[in-house]
Amino acid sequence: MMPKTEDIEIRLLLEAIFRKYHYDFRGYAMASVKRRLLQARDHFQCHTISGLQDLVLHDPTMMAAILPYLTVQVSELFRDPLYFKAVREKVVPHLRTYPSLKVWIAGCSTGEELYSFAILFLEEGLFDRTMFYATDINHEALKKAEAGVYSLNRIKLFTENHRLSGGKGSLSDYYTAAYGAASFDKALRKNVVFSDHSLATDAVFAETHMVSCRNVLIYFDRDLQDRAITLFKGSLARKGFLGLGSKETLRFSASADAFSDFAHDERIYQKRDVT
Amino acid sequence: MSMTATTKSLKDNPIVRLGGVMEKAVATPEAVVIGVSAGGLKALTAILPVLPADYPLPIMIVIHLPPDRDSVVAELFDAKCALTVREAEDKEDILPGHAYFAPPDYHLLIEPDHRLSLSSEEPVLFSRPSVDVLFESAADVYGEGLIGVVLTGANPDGALGLKAILQAGGRGLVQRPDQAYASAMPEAALALSPDAEAMTLEQIADTLQKAVTT
Repeated sequence: MMPKTEDIEIRLLLEAIFRKYHYDFRGYAMASVKRRLLQARDHFQCHTISGLQDLVLHDPTMMAAILPYLTVQVSELFRDPLYFKAVREKVVPHLRTYPSLKVWIAGCSTGEELYSFAILFLEEGLFDRTMFYATDINHEALKKAEAGVYSLNRIKLFTENHRLSGGKGSLSDYYTAAYGAASFDKALRKNVVFSDHSLATDAVFAETHMVSCRNVLIYFDRDLQDRAITLFKGSLARKGFLGLGSKETLRFSASADAFSDFAHDERIYQKRDVT
Repeated sequence: MSMTATTKSLKDNPIVRLGGVMEKAVATPEAVVIGVSAGGLKALTAILPVLPADYPLPIMIVIHLPPDRDSVVAELFDAKCALTVREAEDKEDILPGHAYFAPPDYHLLIEPDHRLSLSSEEPVLFSRPSVDVLFESAADVYGEGLIGVVLTGANPDGALGLKAILQAGGRGLVQRPDQAYASAMPEAALALSPDAEAMTLEQIADTLQKAVTT
């Protein structure tokens, strides 16, 4: 069957973005990318994706403007509370046995997952011995993550999630509210390195004890998913933990054998002793 | 495929044979997508269990339900149906004779390589999963080989999606609003797609079967 013109244009746009700006979306799952690029096309009042490509290639500020369309930034604190409950009750007892810990929040977006982990580790007494790496490809999102300010109307949901995750204190202990926004305590960021890192093009940068990468892989095709999981495998220490989104799986990855199910329903895997 | 389907989906797509005789290409159905909301379990019960285990098309379904209920829907129908009914998993291959439900709180999309994919992008019309998101991505992949079905529901989700299916040359079946538990969803779909066929649930089940027997 002849490829549709629009599909050709999308491939060309992603190639152009890669060559000019080194953001590599070529391995992203096409259905969702297409949907969002068509939204971007309409938003920027272009007639075609080729028109959008013209703008992006000749105006670097357009790359920043189009990035939020290519990266999905929907998250919440303690999203899927049962995942965090499993981290708290099942993973933490193992992590306690290490004198120092490194945790990688891969694809941290605007920081919700990071603050969830920081608060959980604080409550479990692991915070002071832990270094967190919060990485994403989107600078603007990383800046927001570093600021740790969320709209107050999201706090009710965050608070309920925190409670359901087995949270020990009140979530309000960790933020101050003012002018319709909740600012999370900067002490939560003192052991955090925020960094630009691409699962599509960059390499392993540290040995870690836990990687949490949730609702990131669903936007990748199988090959790119496999690349990312192979990075996690390379980063994790023996018996380290990998947490995925509630509908993500290692099943289709060539690296699946390197992991065993640790908390099946919560999609937490453990790297095998010998791999 | 029945005559109505052939003429309906291909009226804008004549092909000219070398001999000069105008003939219409026959689109082979490749997939079915179903969108349903309020009253959906009962409506689906009139359709899915009727289809045989060797039904040659995959069926992808978005149903709006309270988040604590939908995760058991696939199991519930798997027990009732000859079809294999599953909750969709990200990047799995789409197989004939399988019905896939979008998981709670995720959009379900169809990839060009005929795999399923999930997304936690923003809700559309307050819905995640969204019928429109599934229908639009399926229309893009299957084109005239797609049958879209809109059933009972209390919001207009699915209307734009069904329009996209018909525009791509596919076929649209809509539950008759006067028979639906909630009429808003089928009404919205018919309002945007006058060419869609309004039917009872029994007729929809029958049409889905006849669509694959020539």
